[in-house]
Amino acid sequence: MVAPTDDTVLSVEDLSIDFRLRTHILHAVEKVSFELKQGQTLCLVGESGSGKSVTARSLLQIVDRPGRITGGRILLTTEGVVTDIAALSPDSTAMRAIRGRRIGLIFQEPMSSLSPVHTIGSQIIEAIRLHSALDAKAARERMIELLRQVEIAAPEKMADRYTFEYSGGMRQRAMIAMALAGNPDILIADEPTTALDVTTQAEILDLIKRLQVSRGMAMLLITHDMGVVAEVADKVAVMRFGRLVEQGPVDQIYHQPVHPYTSQLLASTVKLTRHAEARPPAVTSGPEPVLSVRNLSKTFGSNGPNAIKAVDDASFDLYPGENLGIVGESGSGKTTLGRLILRTVEPSSGSVLYRDGQGVETDVTRLGRKELRRFHRDVRLVFQDPFASLNPRMTVKEVIGDPLVVNGLARGRALEERVAELMRLVGLDPQAMERYPHAFSGGQRQRIGIARALALDPRIIIADEATSALDVSIRSQILDLLLDLRKRLDLSFLFISHDISVVRYFCDRVAVMHRGRIVEIGDAEQICTAPREAYTRSLISAVPNPDPRDKRMMHRQRFVAATPA
Amino acid sequence: MTLQENLGPRIDRPLVVADGPSISPLKQGGTVSTATIGPWRLIGRKLLRQKVAMIAGAVILILYLVGLFAEFLAPFLPTTSKPQYTYAPPQAISLFVTNPDGSSDFRPHVKGYRVEIDKVALRRTFVVDETKVVPIGFFVKGPAYHLFGLIPMDRHLIGPLNPADPMYLLGTDRLGRDVFSRLVHGTRVSMSIGLVGVGVSLVLGVVFGAISGFYGGWVDMLIQRVIEVVSAMPTIPLWLGLAAAIPLTWSPLTVYFVITIIVSLLGWTSLAREVRGRFLALRSEDFVTAARLDGSSETRLIFRHILPSLTSHILAVVTLAVPTMIVAETSLSFLGIGLKPPVVSWGVLLQDAQNIRTVATAPWLLIWPSLAVVVAVLSFNFFGDGLRDAADPYDN
Repeated sequence: MVAPTDDTVLSVEDLSIDFRLRTHILHAVEKVSFELKQGQTLCLVGESGSGKSVTARSLLQIVDRPGRITGGRILLTTEGVVTDIAALSPDSTAMRAIRGRRIGLIFQEPMSSLSPVHTIGSQIIEAIRLHSALDAKAARERMIELLRQVEIAAPEKMADRYTFEYSGGMRQRAMIAMALAGNPDILIADEPTTALDVTTQAEILDLIKRLQVSRGMAMLLITHDMGVVAEVADKVAVMRFGRLVEQGPVDQIYHQPVHPYTSQLLASTVKLTRHAEARPPAVTSGPEPVLSVRNLSKTFGSNGPNAIKAVDDASFDLYPGENLGIVGESGSGKTTLGRLILRTVEPSSGSVLYRDGQGVETDVTRLGRKELRRFHRDVRLVFQDPFASLNPRMTVKEVIGDPLVVNGLARGRALEERVAELMRLVGLDPQAMERYPHAFSGGQRQRIGIARALALDPRIIIADEATSALDVSIRSQILDLLLDLRKRLDLSFLFISHDISVVRYFCDRVAVMHRGRIVEIGDAEQICTAPREAYTRSLISAVPNPDPRDKRMMHRQRFVAATPA
Repeated sequence: MTLQENLGPRIDRPLVVADGPSISPLKQGGTVSTATIGPWRLIGRKLLRQKVAMIAGAVILILYLVGLFAEFLAPFLPTTSKPQYTYAPPQAISLFVTNPDGSSDFRPHVKGYRVEIDKVALRRTFVVDETKVVPIGFFVKGPAYHLFGLIPMDRHLIGPLNPADPMYLLGTDRLGRDVFSRLVHGTRVSMSIGLVGVGVSLVLGVVFGAISGFYGGWVDMLIQRVIEVVSAMPTIPLWLGLAAAIPLTWSPLTVYFVITIIVSLLGWTSLAREVRGRFLALRSEDFVTAARLDGSSETRLIFRHILPSLTSHILAVVTLAVPTMIVAETSLSFLGIGLKPPVVSWGVLLQDAQNIRTVATAPWLLIWPSLAVVVAVLSFNFFGDGLRDAADPYDN
C-alpha cells in the first residue's frame, strides 16, 4: 500500500462491485482506483451503465440491492486517521457519522430528493442538527447562512417555503445547502445539473465550483457531459463498462487522450459542436413550404389572471427537405408547439397550413376526425423517451407494424417484409423482430421508434427531444441516421430540443422559444455564432464548451428576463 | 497512424477495449444466458420464486380437483342419511389389526361404534368401539354415480369394503349423513360460486373501469358516482331483500345462479376502480399517444394497447376477489338466505352448527367446514398477493 500523501482525503483502491442478477453476475465496477485530493475536483465520466453512479454511491455505502462491494478498499483520511469505508457495515454508527458529516452527496433529481411536506428550511435544519449539537435557534441561523451561501435571495423568507414553491435550480441550491450542512470534507455530486436547463446548469456549476474552492473541499463530480467536465474538472477519470479506462489531468485527457474510448467520446462530443458536414444548402426560397404555422396560440386555464400562455402567437414555415430546429428551455412551450401542430393538444387560436404531396392546402386546425387521421399519416412524431414510447407488451414487429395494420396497408407476409425493410432502413437486424422492446438498448429502441414513424411513408417528422435520453456517442449516430433518412426519403424535420449542440449539428434553421414566444428565427449557424437577441446570446453562452482551455460557460452572458405580464 | 503512435506511450494499464459489460455466470463454470423472454414468462418466473404463493396455488389447485372429482373422492352420497348413526364422532384410520393370538396383520380399518345411553340426559351417544373392526380399502365399490355427469361409475377412492358398514372419518350430522362426503361435495359449490361470481364482476369491472379511465370527463364522473352508490349499499339487508324475492318454486340450481349474480353485482366496484386508475395512468403514456397517432381507433387503443399492460394486475385483483365471493356465499347460506338444502355448500354445512348444543355435542360440524373456508380464503389471498408482486415484470 502506498501511504497517502498529505492532501489525499479519500483513496479508492481496486474497488469492485457485483450485482447478482437472475441470469448472471454483473460486474458493475471492476478494480477501480482513484484518489480525491483536498481542493480538487475529480470528474468521473462515462455513458449510462458505465458504473460511475454505483462507484459514487459505494463511497457512502448506499449501493442499491442486489449490488455488493466484493473487493477493494475505500480509505477515508480524517485528521490523520484512516478509515476503510468498504469494511464498515452500511447500517453502522460509524458509517452514519461519515455520511453528511465527512462526505456530502448531491443527487441528480432535485425534484424527488426533497420532501414535499416539509419546508426547505426545516429540512436543512434537520441535516444541521443531525451533525451538530446546535440548539434550534442557532441551527436556524446556520440554515439561513447556508441558504445565503448557495445564493438564494431573501433566505429568511424563502426558508419557510415548501419544495413546490422552489424552481428546479433553487431546489438544487437547497440540496447543496443540505449537503454542506455537516461541513463535509468531500462533496459527491451525482449528475447535479442533468435535470436542469442549460442556463441554470451554468449557474449551479459555477456555484458548486466556487463553494468547493472557498471551502477547500475535495469534489467528485459524476457526469456524462464532456462539456461540463471541461468547465469544472481538475482531474478526469473515464469509465466504461465498470472499468476505469483512463485517468489524468483534464488538459491531458482532452488534448492527449490515450485510450481509444476517450478519443471516441471526445470525438462524438466535439462533432456536435459543429454543423453536420455534407449537408445540402437550406432551401428557403423556391418551393412552397409544406407546413405554415400562423399565429398559433395555446392558453391553459380560463382567460383570467391564472391563465398560462404556453404558446403565444407562434408563426413559422417549414420547407420541403428542411430541418427546422425549435430550441428553448423547459417551460418555453416547444413541446406544446409540436403537439399543437399534431393536434394532440387543441390550439386556442391560429392556423396550421399543410400542403400535401399534390399541393393541396388544408388547414389542420379545422380538420375532422377522419381527415386528421390522414394528416397523421403524413406527419409523424418521434418521442423523447425510448422506453415509455414503445409498448412493453408488444414485440418489435407488432410495434413497427401497428400503423400499417390499423391503416389497412399490409398484413401477413407483406407486413413482415415491410417491417424487415423498415428495420434494415434504421440499421436494425430484422431477425430481432420477434423480440420485446426491453431486449434492446436505448439507442436501438429509438431506432425502433423511428422505424414506426417511417412505416407510413411520412413527409414530415416531428422529433420531440428525440436524442435527449441517449448517450452522446449514440446521439450522434441517431442524428446521422436521421440526416441520411432525410436525404433518402425526402423528409422534412421539425426538431424540438433543449440541446443547442444537437440543433446546431442537425438543423438548417433554428427558432428560439422563450416563454411561449418565438424570440428569434434564422439560419442555424447565424443563431449559434452571432445571435441577435439578448436571450439567445445568454442561452448560447451558457452551453459548456468541451475544451478545458476555453471555458466559455464561466464568462457567459446573463439574461435578466423581464417579469412576465 | 494509430493513436498510440500519435501520442506516444503513457500507459499505466493495459489497453483493453471491452465490447460489453463484464459479466460472469452465477456458478463457477456455468454458462451465461442473456436470452430475453416475453412478459408472461417473466411473470411466471417471478411467481415461481415466491414459495408461499406457490404453496397457496397448489392448495387452490387441489381444492378445485376435489370439487371436480367430488363423487369419486366422497365415500358416500351427500344426501344418504343413516338414522342409526346420528352425531357419530369421527373415526381414525388404523393400518394394523391385532389378532387374538397377539400377532398383527396389515389390514386398513376403522373402528366401529357402540351406543351408550346417557341415563341422566336420556340421550344416545356413540363411542368408538375398539373391538369392532370395519375393514376399508381404496377403489372400493360404493353408491353408483356419474363422473362429470357422464361416465357411470361406482368406485370410490376410499370406503368400507362392505358399503353398509359405517366409515365416518369426519363424523356425521343430525341426520346421520357423512360430514366428509358432504364437505367434499360442498367444495364444488363453494369454490365454483367464487369463480362464476368473479367472472361476472370481472366483465363489469373491466368494462366500466376502462370506459371511466379512458374517456374521463362526465362519463368518468357518472360511473364513479354509480360505484360510490353501489359500494354504499348495506350488503346484508340488500341480499336479504333480493334473496327473499327469489320464488320458492325455483330449483336449487337456479337459486344458486341468482345468488351468484346478486353477489357479483355488488363486487365489481373495487375492480372497476383499480382498472380506472391504471387507465388514467396509462392513457397519457407515450406509447398510447404513439398508437393514437398511428391511427388506432379508441376500441383498439383500449383493448390492444392498454389492457394487455394490465392483464396481470387484473388477474391479481380477480384472485383476491374470489375469497370475498366465497365468504359472501358462506355468510348468506349461514343466514339461511343463500343456498338451501338439498344443495350442499360450506355455508349450508355451517348452518347445521348454528346452535351451541350442536357445537358442544358435535364440534366436528363446526370445525371442518370452517377450516375449509379459512384454508380456501387464505390460499386465494396468498396466491393473489404473490401474483400482484409478480405482475409487473419490468420493475426490476
